[in-house]
Amino acid sequence: MNSPRQSFETIAGCKVNVQRAGKGAPLLFLHGAQGVPGWLPFMADLSERFEVIVPEHPGFGRSDTPEWLDNMADLAYFYLDFMATLGLAKVNLVGTSLGGWLGSEIAVRDQHRLRTLTLVAPAGIHVKGLPKADIFLWSREETIRNLVADPVLAEKMLSQPQTEEQIDLMLKNSFTVARLAWQPRLYDPHLYKWLHRITLPTLILWGDSDKLLPAAYGPEFQKLIPGSKLQIFKNCGHLPHVEKKDDYVAAITKFIAGARA
Amino acid sequence: MKFFCFHLMPYADLDLDYAKKYNSAWVTLPNSYYDPKKGHVLYNHYLDELEYAETVGFDGICVNEHHSNAYGLMPIPGVMAGALARRTNRVKIAVLGRALPLLNNPLTVAEEFAMIDVMTGGRLIAGFVRGIGAEYHSWGVNPAESHDRFHEAHDLILRGWTETGPFAFEGKYYHFNYVNVWPRPYQQPHPPVWIPSQGSRETIEWAVHPSRKYTYLQTFSPVSALARYMQMYRDEAEKHGYTASPAQLGWAIPTYVAETDEQAHREAKPHVENFFNRFLRMPPEMLLPPGYLSLASMKGVMKAKGAMTGGEQTIDSLMEKGIFMCGSVDTVVQKFEEYQKQIGFGNLLVAMQFGTLPHELAMKNMKLFGDKVIPRLRHLAEDAIPAQAKAG
Repeated sequence: MNSPRQSFETIAGCKVNVQRAGKGAPLLFLHGAQGVPGWLPFMADLSERFEVIVPEHPGFGRSDTPEWLDNMADLAYFYLDFMATLGLAKVNLVGTSLGGWLGSEIAVRDQHRLRTLTLVAPAGIHVKGLPKADIFLWSREETIRNLVADPVLAEKMLSQPQTEEQIDLMLKNSFTVARLAWQPRLYDPHLYKWLHRITLPTLILWGDSDKLLPAAYGPEFQKLIPGSKLQIFKNCGHLPHVEKKDDYVAAITKFIAGARA
Repeated sequence: MKFFCFHLMPYADLDLDYAKKYNSAWVTLPNSYYDPKKGHVLYNHYLDELEYAETVGFDGICVNEHHSNAYGLMPIPGVMAGALARRTNRVKIAVLGRALPLLNNPLTVAEEFAMIDVMTGGRLIAGFVRGIGAEYHSWGVNPAESHDRFHEAHDLILRGWTETGPFAFEGKYYHFNYVNVWPRPYQQPHPPVWIPSQGSRETIEWAVHPSRKYTYLQTFSPVSALARYMQMYRDEAEKHGYTASPAQLGWAIPTYVAETDEQAHREAKPHVENFFNRFLRMPPEMLLPPGYLSLASMKGVMKAKGAMTGGEQTIDSLMEKGIFMCGSVDTVVQKFEEYQKQIGFGNLLVAMQFGTLPHELAMKNMKLFGDKVIPRLRHLAEDAIPAQAKAG
């Protein structure tokens, strides 16, 4: 197993924490609202085949919170600068939840450094009649119970005590999520109009038991992104990379291998 | 000392069994719990109470803004201030306040306040607040922008009152080509500004600045917190090279006076406990949305035990902490006198109706307070620079 290399990169005046491991085609992972708790097993698995690059977004984790950070557009432009500065090309972009929204915002703006796009239970759009849950009214316990489908896994996650440092990071991350996604709640009312601009091979993954962003959003994204594929994981909540790690890694690996060059 | 009668206008007829089905009287409690016919009676009782405050000798009356809850039914406080403006002659009318970050256009506050001030010939006190955390849920305003929007809205309103219009205003959140507030306020350069807070260093540092010298109100807090924040205000004033006057400090506290200590305790008990345990009930996620407080303040609050969202309060625990004042005339006079001498506030804002307290008891409370308590405390704070401040 590859252990990651950690570095700080300064881009657009903002110092961000980046972990990288593995060799091969670049795979840039965009984390969700909870940030990056560490080098997770799915990252290690993916790094067997790809150069996995895992930054913490501006405003999250050990990255700076820059003055300019107001909305998801700011974050999207930041990542276009990030890829340019690091000289990344033919990037396989994988974004989960808030990171899936971010991946969409990046791709509608400029996809010339991208090769494929994988959106995992992405936020970013709203469809009338398809209600989403309100993450901001959930306690920590409710959040964990609602994010995973398997109650045993939820109990296991809840039984792990939080350190002082983890509480600090959780607060910092939640502040930034509020800044980016409080209103409108977890979406950009204009994004849906431009998702047709995405011409990359695109894979959409969703858990069938997602209580935050229901899987019914999967077909909606699929309709909006021409030629995209949708795969649903059974008995899976909002975090397929945790709950269905092997299926998740296999789906992404297969998709990228099969994508046109 | 100056005395203000403070009101929240709660929905006192709330079915308290709501608590079996809902975790709060805010944000998500269905408005089917509100009966407009009962509400009609309550509004008129509450307005009678505030009008009566003038009769029994208060210097001012206070209304305020809350949204989407049973706790306070004045979402547009200017409606109440307008009703009271024509039924009172002498008292100050304090709107505490408008919650500036919740508003899309702060110039509506500049207008509303100026209207009240002109109608009353300068009896308005202008209160500016950020609103309770729950209101960021109800109103769909981003709590992470709360501080910045508050400051920008404040600057816009003050400039609207004090600069000749039209002028352009280019902020981050508000943009106008033609700021031109009609009517202009009666009081010049502008009405007195009061800043209610539950305690925040950032708010105090801002309010105490020599360019503002705004009156700081500590609301519904333990007396130990009151003492700490008032001392902080005075210390900050000294750093700016001036001595804060008692008029710059105020304390808002629900208060109940009756014929004896025992009677006061008995009459107030269910109503004040309902107030804290039912009307003010909400989970931490509702009270403190992310960004509403700075990271440092948020951590402080999370660590502090017995915050408002803690377990059930009793009248005794509330009295012990000095969050609720209750007793005979002698007891209440003695305690307020002691606290005033120790802490040095010059404005006392008493909520004479709270929670489910019925109209008749609220009126009795006001009469006793006005007739018997105010005259005995009136002389305080005329020369009240507390000992610590002198020594400092």
